[in-house]
Amino acid sequence: MSDAKDPKHLESGEGAPVPDKALDTAATRTDDDPRSSDTAQHTGGGRVVELAGADSEPVQIGERRGMFGATRGQDTTGYGGLVTPTLLPGASPRPYGGYYDEVADLLGTALEAGPGLGAAVEKVVVDRGEMTVFVRREHLLEVARVLRDHPGLRFEMCMGASGVHYPGETGRELHVVYPLLSITHGSRRVRLEVTCPDDDAHVPSLVSIWPGNDWHERETWDMFGIEFDGHPALTRILMPDDWPGHPQRKDYPLGGIPVEYKGGTVPPPDQRRAYS
Amino acid sequence: MTTHEYDTVAEDLTVTDPYGASVDDDTEGARVFTVSGGDWNDLVDEATALHEERIVVNMGPQHPSTHGVLRLILELDGETVTEARAGIGYLHTGIEKNMEFRTWTQGVTFCTRMDYLTPMFQEAAYCLSVERLLGIEDRIPERASIIRVMMMELTRVNSHLVALGTGGMEMGATTVMTVGFRERERILRVFEAITGLRMNNAYIRPGGVAQDVPHGAVDMVREVIAELRTGLGELEKLLNENPLLKGRTVGVGYLDLTGCIALGVTGPVLRSTGLPHDLRKATPYCGYETYDFEVVTRTGCDAYDRLRIRIDEMYESLKIVEQCLERLQRTDGQPVMVEDKKIAWPAQLSVGGDGQGNSLDHIREIMGTSMEALIHHFKLVTEGFRVPPGQAYVAVESAKGELGCHTVSDGGTRPYRAHFRDPSFNNLQATAAMCEGSQVADVIVAVASIDPVMGGVDR
Repeated sequence: MSDAKDPKHLESGEGAPVPDKALDTAATRTDDDPRSSDTAQHTGGGRVVELAGADSEPVQIGERRGMFGATRGQDTTGYGGLVTPTLLPGASPRPYGGYYDEVADLLGTALEAGPGLGAAVEKVVVDRGEMTVFVRREHLLEVARVLRDHPGLRFEMCMGASGVHYPGETGRELHVVYPLLSITHGSRRVRLEVTCPDDDAHVPSLVSIWPGNDWHERETWDMFGIEFDGHPALTRILMPDDWPGHPQRKDYPLGGIPVEYKGGTVPPPDQRRAYS
Repeated sequence: MTTHEYDTVAEDLTVTDPYGASVDDDTEGARVFTVSGGDWNDLVDEATALHEERIVVNMGPQHPSTHGVLRLILELDGETVTEARAGIGYLHTGIEKNMEFRTWTQGVTFCTRMDYLTPMFQEAAYCLSVERLLGIEDRIPERASIIRVMMMELTRVNSHLVALGTGGMEMGATTVMTVGFRERERILRVFEAITGLRMNNAYIRPGGVAQDVPHGAVDMVREVIAELRTGLGELEKLLNENPLLKGRTVGVGYLDLTGCIALGVTGPVLRSTGLPHDLRKATPYCGYETYDFEVVTRTGCDAYDRLRIRIDEMYESLKIVEQCLERLQRTDGQPVMVEDKKIAWPAQLSVGGDGQGNSLDHIREIMGTSMEALIHHFKLVTEGFRVPPGQAYVAVESAKGELGCHTVSDGGTRPYRAHFRDPSFNNLQATAAMCEGSQVADVIVAVASIDPVMGGVDR
């Protein structure tokens, strides 16, 4: 990749020293060149993403500007124009590798009686040796039941629920991640991921399938405001009962610290100057 | 956002939130007793005089036998518990949120404080998941993995000793507590010698460990193992065949395999049902597949078997630590941090003649000869390294069960999200299944057999 092919580097501030293009190739760059880490982010962590369809496009959840986090005043770094999209890995092509193909095949055949794999599963992402099955929330219960009960799958344990808030992913802001474990098949692991929009934060509860998810879903509701429909008692679990708001969301207001010096304050952590 | 706007949000939530807290006081009209010691029978007499059949006892959150700030809400019929509920959240410190505003390396300092009895496990789970995100899992030096395994196994012994000690004290066996804490002290001294801190060590870092073990550590650990073996023997003599202990624990806190699987319970509680599920064997990490040890199981499904499993597991852990010591001697002088200079801090600290923990060679280099080295050091410590976007879930076998760490990166220098699946948090859900139908006194034993630590439960 040379600078001529990537217009983003050309925007990086007027008057910035332009490297000699004839000498500047990926091979001549040193490890501490900021662009090498930049390249890694474009391709989702150095992996080559094979294109198999529209789905395999990486998902953009946001972008970061500049290199050093200074957003106020003049751009003295020369990197102020640098825009780096934040890309999460997109759908993976077959084969997934390891037991993941077997799991996907069995899940497909087992779901034929119900909604069908194409309708229930949005995409399958295999990244860093871990398989994530993105399930459409209306079919979550069917998929979960098959994963638990099918003799070839037998994911008898669900290791909880973890919410993630991506405010930049319009229409799919809130994600819930369920790590599954199959002790029967030698500790196989897959991960279910469900998304829901911020203005309709509802996901079906998995407590009827894995009762141990009770507290985990309460925690995810408490922290992210995702309502788990069908949960027996969705109440706050970590925060006080009368607490307003859901603290782990990215838009949750954080408090600053008043300083006893001429009315000074330390701004909230998300508004402090930070490396971008 | 101003405070004013925030207040508006609060008002809206209480109106529209269907799951929001109610302000109704359920105890209205009912007689409330506050018990702080005394004879239980007096209370029962007083309560029966009311001709009320249903008594709700609120145990905790400040009761000494509830492992910190656990609140148990028990519905009693005489001495029999008809309904048990656990209330948690009294020690919630927002660690996961805090981690989002610190660098990836600083995250260790936070997660080590979650379950304060098993700091090394949180550190290891977090670092392994960061390493998976970075894609450097197979570049971790062997010596670093050996040190990690040794520290984790010592932590397991440490945690089990406290589990037995406090569990014993809750049943009135003070000697078990003093012996347990005495033995634990030896391990804490080892931790202090190796990491500089007794607890909250922040010793395991993404890429390896913070420091190599100091000179003489191997001999010190070897001595401590011998002392621990003696101490464990003492504990075994006190506990194993003690008729009082057996009377309190055998058949108490019963939870069979079906219950464990349904509730996602792992660790000694799951192994007390006879299922040899241990992540160290099932999905080895840090090279556990190369160590020789057994997974201890028993089949009683009760508090007594969990206690025995913990004792036997400590012996297995000491076996692993001994193997670690041999390997540490073999790998003496090898690196303990990944070679990548973009991740590893540039110098190993060492205590100099001035008593300060600085590497004088490194200071000479950055102050005298290389400006670039100084910049690099400064940037790496203040800014940290970038982690490619994506997510990872790594689980380790903590002393209490499966400790999972789910980390998400957005390509920045700080975690976008870090979530810990703490075994205590999950296993505490089994309180109701273990306690309902038993006596009030058995509740204490059942909860002690889960061994919850509220720091980990509430995070």
